[in-house]
Amino acid sequence: MSTPIDYLLHLADNAVVLGQRNAEWCGHGPILEEDMALANVSLDLIGQARLLYQRAAEMKGGDATEDKLAYFRDPHEFRNYTLLELPHHGPLVGYAAANRDYATTIVRNFLYSALMVHVWDGLRQSADASLAAIAAKSLKETSYHLHHSRDWLVRLGDGTEESHARAQAAVNHLMPYTEEFWTTSPAEGAAVAARIAIDVWALRPAWDALVNGALAEATLTRPNFHGYVTEGKIGLHSEHLSYLLGEMQGLARAHPGATW
Amino acid sequence: MSNVVDKVWATLEPLTDPEIPVVTLRELGILREVRETQDGIEVVITPTYSGCPAMGQIEDDVRSSLAQAGIEARVITQLAPAWTTDWMSDEAKEKLRAYGIAPPHQTRQDVSVVKFMRRPVAEAVACPQCGSTHTIVTSEFGSTACKALYKCLDCQEPFDYFKPY
Repeated sequence: MSTPIDYLLHLADNAVVLGQRNAEWCGHGPILEEDMALANVSLDLIGQARLLYQRAAEMKGGDATEDKLAYFRDPHEFRNYTLLELPHHGPLVGYAAANRDYATTIVRNFLYSALMVHVWDGLRQSADASLAAIAAKSLKETSYHLHHSRDWLVRLGDGTEESHARAQAAVNHLMPYTEEFWTTSPAEGAAVAARIAIDVWALRPAWDALVNGALAEATLTRPNFHGYVTEGKIGLHSEHLSYLLGEMQGLARAHPGATW
Repeated sequence: MSNVVDKVWATLEPLTDPEIPVVTLRELGILREVRETQDGIEVVITPTYSGCPAMGQIEDDVRSSLAQAGIEARVITQLAPAWTTDWMSDEAKEKLRAYGIAPPHQTRQDVSVVKFMRRPVAEAVACPQCGSTHTIVTSEFGSTACKALYKCLDCQEPFDYFKPY
């Protein structure tokens, strides 16, 4: 049976997985300012994940700790959206076949931040006072991330022929994964019933307006989609999550309990 | 206020931010409260950015200062209400400016952040060196989580802006 802890893990896993992905740009950013930007966004996301894991560990009790939740759960136990674990490139984009495509990074951060500003805003009224406190902090940070990714979305989309093509390819590749936002997982259902969470479905019109407005300004087209909906938030992930977690969890598992 | 509470405040007064050593933890609004409870003295601190790497150092500094002064107190990290740059004293803002960091503007409580589909028209940030408001943002993210990078178009100096949070 799902408990509010599963919902906290969903929020925490989202933040930690995107934080880890974005951190891959550290030292490899397309320009120095963006290198710093992505590292700072990751810092905020990992900070949010820590607060959420700490709260989940507190609710779990026993010997649960934030580190155990982040480093010692296996891929099928992670509850993040599949969107967030994908590599920084689309499989069908020939010219983006190098390891990282910045348009993919920007589009992903935009789509996620555009959702999370609304989620955090609503969670400020959560029946769980700790989650409400985390949401109030996270809202400030996520609003800033949204400004940053939206700015770059417009700059890339309404930029050169190549930046436009790459931004459009990223939108086409990633948009179908956002369908997962709008299905209700057992954990979300249980948390909504307990008034811990808010009904994400109700946020869809606001998210659509935000996304459509930005895409229009960026001269990008929103693809139509009716098809497969990913299920990362119930633990059914793409092949990419294992590699990401392998890197993130390797040190903690090789040296359990190690400290600096 | 009891003597012991006064003593704790006095003991912690010299502590400054590890990354911005000109302002104290009290002036930044990180050191929120010292209270006497049935279980002893409690010192309440509020984290700034969720991932601010200085928070661990700040907590260590508070604990070791208390220990050195021979004060037994519990250090409590409290998330709500969320820290805001609006808590920063005018005195602290002036110290930041003198140090070369443009102090944060008031946050916009009147407009829900979520309603910002587009960036609001930014208030001009004054150059901490020459005072000119003829400045531009170079990078939204700067040397620490709490700062953005700006440049003055008059004196040409680059400078940090403490972002309103």
